[in-house]
Amino acid sequence: MAEYEAAIGLEVHAQLLTKSKMFCSCSADYAGAEPNTRVCPVCLGMPGMLPVINRKAVEFTIMTGMALHCQIPAHTKWDRKNYPYPDLPKGYQISQYDLPLAINGYLAFDVEGERKRVGIRRVHLEEDTGRLYHVEEASLVDFNRSGVPLMEIVSEPDIRSPEEAREYLVQLRMILRYLGVSTADMEAGAFRCDANISVRRQGEEVLGVPVEVKNMNSFRAVKLALEYELVRQSVLLTRGEPIERETRGWVSSENRTVSQRSKEEAHDYRYFPEPDLPPLEVAPAWVAEIGERIPELPEAKRQRFVRDYELSAYDAGVLTADRDIAGFYEQAVEIGTVGETEITPKVISNWVTGELFRLMKEENAGIESVNFSPTALVGLIRLVQQGLINANAGKSVLDEMFRTGQSPEQIVEAKGLAQISEVHALASVIRQVLDDNPKPVREYLEGKKQALGFLVGQVMRATRGKANPKVVNRLLQEALRERS
Amino acid sequence: MKLSRQEVEHIAELAKLGLTDEEVERYQDQLSSILDYVEMLTKLDTKDARPMAHVLPVSNVMRDDHVHASFPRDEILSNAPDTADGCFRVPLVLEESNS
Ligand SMILES: [Zn+2]
Repeated sequence: MAEYEAAIGLEVHAQLLTKSKMFCSCSADYAGAEPNTRVCPVCLGMPGMLPVINRKAVEFTIMTGMALHCQIPAHTKWDRKNYPYPDLPKGYQISQYDLPLAINGYLAFDVEGERKRVGIRRVHLEEDTGRLYHVEEASLVDFNRSGVPLMEIVSEPDIRSPEEAREYLVQLRMILRYLGVSTADMEAGAFRCDANISVRRQGEEVLGVPVEVKNMNSFRAVKLALEYELVRQSVLLTRGEPIERETRGWVSSENRTVSQRSKEEAHDYRYFPEPDLPPLEVAPAWVAEIGERIPELPEAKRQRFVRDYELSAYDAGVLTADRDIAGFYEQAVEIGTVGETEITPKVISNWVTGELFRLMKEENAGIESVNFSPTALVGLIRLVQQGLINANAGKSVLDEMFRTGQSPEQIVEAKGLAQISEVHALASVIRQVLDDNPKPVREYLEGKKQALGFLVGQVMRATRGKANPKVVNRLLQEALRERS
Repeated sequence: MKLSRQEVEHIAELAKLGLTDEEVERYQDQLSSILDYVEMLTKLDTKDARPMAHVLPVSNVMRDDHVHASFPRDEILSNAPDTADGCFRVPLVLEESNS
């Protein structure tokens, strides 16, 4: 199949995280609500009702456009898209046709070791539909979702492989989550993806016949469906058979796409300006103000982590995939720099991406449900670095912290994993030894490092050899540093 | 300019209307005369007119993102010809929605 290549464009619909709906004040939080308990005459399309624009939804869309390097046109308006199904009671969807909120941007990311840049054609705002449940002989309609703000992000057909498509979605989802504009949860239907894919011989200029693919409910499904289409269309081209311009649905149980024979007319949306909504004038000052609210985005954060913390690109990528994990990590790094033993960002990264991620994965928990603080994590790492407990004990302490939220010191003490009390005892022995031997102390501080051996010997003698020499060594050096 | 038979049938299909042959013919005439009437506008010189989507001199009418109570479901469903399980009951929808 190497001689064929795909041109893929993706359309993503993301529900926005507003409290209320797009054009009325009903709650947009419909998950788990009884059917038709989040509805009013506006979102039910009752005659004579007038929609009023939710400012937050507009700002979220502009913010997303800016994060995707789009132009934000000064004029934007609303249009009606005719829609003949009962899950939108008005008979049309309020959307944006020729003047969307954001245009001409791009999303750049690394995939399979190469830099990829995918054009963003437009970002616009519209309203979600209600939900249909098919029962015997009838359909039931729940309008709780009807009117929830829905942002549509349309890419150019710049994507060349199913893997690139998957990575584009991963990056886009990450950005939406960083911005806090959407949960972007695909399983919950807050992030939906349709694809247009055409196949042509490699090197050919003209795009092939585009086929629309729907019903892909996970990133995996997107990748599999596009792989399937790439093969299907390549085979047709090889045989010299025509590719039909059509809509196909992914059937995950059969691992293939099937033609959805929808009537041609269904695509005749007959857009026209929405007379119930005045246009929006997007002033530069408003755009600037929204721009101020854009946080550091994953790409920039990842580069900063590599630069400032000397992490590998891979580790930085994993740590910045989730904004809250990145935040947790950075707090830990900051705490690691203060205190008697400095903990490097690299060491903290190893603990977070290794042990902490393992525990989170085992318990299927997000960082928000980790019930110990970055301070506690650094406290634990410090115990290990100081040699008070070994790395294996450290892992089991982290296990316990994860389960109980207790502090590492409490756990170590309770489990008798190390000699915390002995350390306290050691500290006073060391103080005594240093006080009693001013000459070797002075020599050490003047640079005669071999004086340390004498002092270690004194401490070992005072403890009758019971102390851990490694620990004694470290604690002695720290105590000496304090006297310098 | 007279609308073709197919054009009227296409419009009827989009509007989910079933028309008899006689109705198709009648609407062919009626819709055509409406279009002819509107056609007069094209005679206007619009060289210096800016494109306009709205006649009212207002823009940026927006509301803050606050939640207000929705309507009681009983009241909402009381207008429906048919209901079941707290939902509106409608004839079986075979085609998938596409939004
Ligand atoms: Zn409502």
